[in-house]
Amino acid sequence: MEIWPAFMLLSKTRFRKQLGIWIIVQNYNSILTLSHLYRSSDALLVHENDAVHKICAKLMNIKQISFSDINQVLAHQLGSVFQPTYSAEGSFHYRRNPLGDLMENLVPHPEFKMLGVRNIPQMSENSLAYSTFTWAGLLKHLRQMLISNAKMEEGIDWQVRPPVSRLPTLGKMSLNKELHFNTSIANLLILRGKDVHSADLGGFKDPALYTSWLEPVNAFNVWKTQRSFNKYEKSAALVTNSQFLVKPLDKIVGKAWNMFASKAYVHQYTKFGIEEEDFLDSFTLLEQVVASYCNL
Amino acid sequence: MTQSVIVQVGQCGNQIGCCFWDLALREHAAVNQKGIYDEALSSFFRNVDTRVVGDGGSISKGKICSLKARAVLIDMEEGVVNEILQGPLRDVFDSKQLITDISGSGNNWAVGHKVFGSRYQEQILEKLRKSAEHCDSLQCFFIIHSMGGGTGSGLGTYLLKVLEDEFPEVYRFVTSIYPSGEDDVITSPYNSILAMKELNEHADCVLPIDNQSLFDIISKIDLMVNSGKLGTTIKPKSLVTSSAGTFKKRQKPFDAMNNIVANLLLNLTSSARFEGSLNMDLNEISMNLVPFPQLHYLVSSLTPLYTLADVNIPPRRLDQMFSDAFSKDHQLIRADPKHSLYLACALMVRGNVQISDLRRNIERLKPSLQFVSWNQEGWKTSLCSVPPVGHSHSLLALANNTCVKPTFMELRERFMRLYKKKAHLHHYLQIEGMEESCFTEAESSLSALIQEYNQLDATKSMPVEDLPRLSIAV
Repeated sequence: MEIWPAFMLLSKTRFRKQLGIWIIVQNYNSILTLSHLYRSSDALLVHENDAVHKICAKLMNIKQISFSDINQVLAHQLGSVFQPTYSAEGSFHYRRNPLGDLMENLVPHPEFKMLGVRNIPQMSENSLAYSTFTWAGLLKHLRQMLISNAKMEEGIDWQVRPPVSRLPTLGKMSLNKELHFNTSIANLLILRGKDVHSADLGGFKDPALYTSWLEPVNAFNVWKTQRSFNKYEKSAALVTNSQFLVKPLDKIVGKAWNMFASKAYVHQYTKFGIEEEDFLDSFTLLEQVVASYCNL
Repeated sequence: MTQSVIVQVGQCGNQIGCCFWDLALREHAAVNQKGIYDEALSSFFRNVDTRVVGDGGSISKGKICSLKARAVLIDMEEGVVNEILQGPLRDVFDSKQLITDISGSGNNWAVGHKVFGSRYQEQILEKLRKSAEHCDSLQCFFIIHSMGGGTGSGLGTYLLKVLEDEFPEVYRFVTSIYPSGEDDVITSPYNSILAMKELNEHADCVLPIDNQSLFDIISKIDLMVNSGKLGTTIKPKSLVTSSAGTFKKRQKPFDAMNNIVANLLLNLTSSARFEGSLNMDLNEISMNLVPFPQLHYLVSSLTPLYTLADVNIPPRRLDQMFSDAFSKDHQLIRADPKHSLYLACALMVRGNVQISDLRRNIERLKPSLQFVSWNQEGWKTSLCSVPPVGHSHSLLALANNTCVKPTFMELRERFMRLYKKKAHLHHYLQIEGMEESCFTEAESSLSALIQEYNQLDATKSMPVEDLPRLSIAV
């Protein structure tokens, strides 16, 4: 099995304004890229630029955010996932094939291959000196970040709760209805640091978080190591296959569609061999992805 | 980094071009203190060891030996080019880069296009190929010309077809000086319309400029300088007033006007020439600002005005620079973008400006501007860290906006007045290859273009609605 995790930066409207980057055809580029990657990759690890930007602004307290700051946060996210972890509970051997394990844990069905990362804690070095962490606290916040689809630790909506009964949804859930609760297909928790074995993971094993396809014992996995990561005495990363990207993706597809329907800028692409058919294929694929995730 | 080649055609084109090279050298000299031939310089200059005979003299790195402009100079009269070759810039141009004739085109597009076009086709091809060979990665041809005369208009647009056939992958940017209403060349409407058809069909991007607007801007600057209210002082090496030590003494008002156009080119290319956190290559201009192939006319404005005048005015608030960019008084053609429809807009900022300043100003100005429904966020921005010489910052705004329409409509009217009476037509028709159909086709081409703008304008007040999406069977 060839694994090509593709790391992609999705630019959202708000991010563009904040960082002052405007590319008029970026919605076209996004849908073309994303659809091609979706076909050729086994999984996509997607980062939202505006989330990263907010992390820099609010959590790291950076006043004038540079690309270097953004990249630091992204590097931290990736590192928190791909740094070595033990292969099994109580083992002292490191995991040999993290990418393979990642795929096995998180992508049970090829239609659903969008993965996101959430990290906790994230703060500036100054604040770090005055903070202490417990696994219970970290995991409680991370769980709520997951189910309320929060991008970072600040501004979490604590009102969102898993639905009482996990009946299969009847008919298509329309996007107009606020998607408050973020349903997961699978989650992978990666814990690094002191006393990692004492962490209580019950909250993530709750069947209410997941679709009915997999038992929580299969839908949820955890990797651990006692080595701390990047100056955080305790840190947790959550790699999730869930509905987290539905709304942003839908927005981008909508904007690109409006432009495409007016045929604007299409000649710039056809002159290099991308035909209108290719655009339509991309739109179709992504609308399918949005619909599939919506109906979890 | 990529390279570009400037092709300056006709009297106007060569005068402006000369201005551009002068400013470009000054700019690079100010930034490149160590005299090293770097990528920034290579975008518009070659580094040549003049001791080597023939073509082998190119040096790709290291100390600057002798800089040669990546330029081709074409004129069917000798006056302007000779003046250049005897002036202080003579060493910047390679003697092999020139094509001249003696008699001129007589303000006749047909002579420029048909007669000189065929006569000099081989030579033109040869010079262009040579200039392209000297580039590692040629991205763009810049053509500078006027529309109202014979050589710039006729031969200049003949060139476009040659470039399209010979170098289809290389972008063709054209800076065109349009004749004002009171142009002293009677046949300028004919020349302009005939040239417009070529621009419609063979240019990737056109920056239309008119003399009247340039003149008005110069007047404004003079007013600013002479009013004394703002405590202005004129810099010692100013191109607006005459002074020793600069390359061109002020002889005619055209000098100052050419200076503005030269600055336009300088700022347009700054992001491609220098470092910056948000660079914009020239192909990105075309990509982002031209949503439909026909609609490739970009209205430009340069602010603050004093960067065009080499005067020391205490800098006003940065935000004023952004506001001015959208005012009709600062556009380089008679146009009012604020009251027309934007298809797209590019802001190219130079100097000490933060991205947050960009953002804040766009948010501030957006409500007063109308963008087409499918491009409500149609902004493209670039930030070049190197400011213009002697200033802290500057802004070049490029707008794809329906406000170009009046210029084209006026041009068409002036053309029709002449054509209805068949005035001066015989000068054109006597040239081999010219028929009345050339005129009628050119007029149709322009009318079709105007119609496209009309259709867009019609959508101006319509509410913005999301179009129905593809529906997926679940």
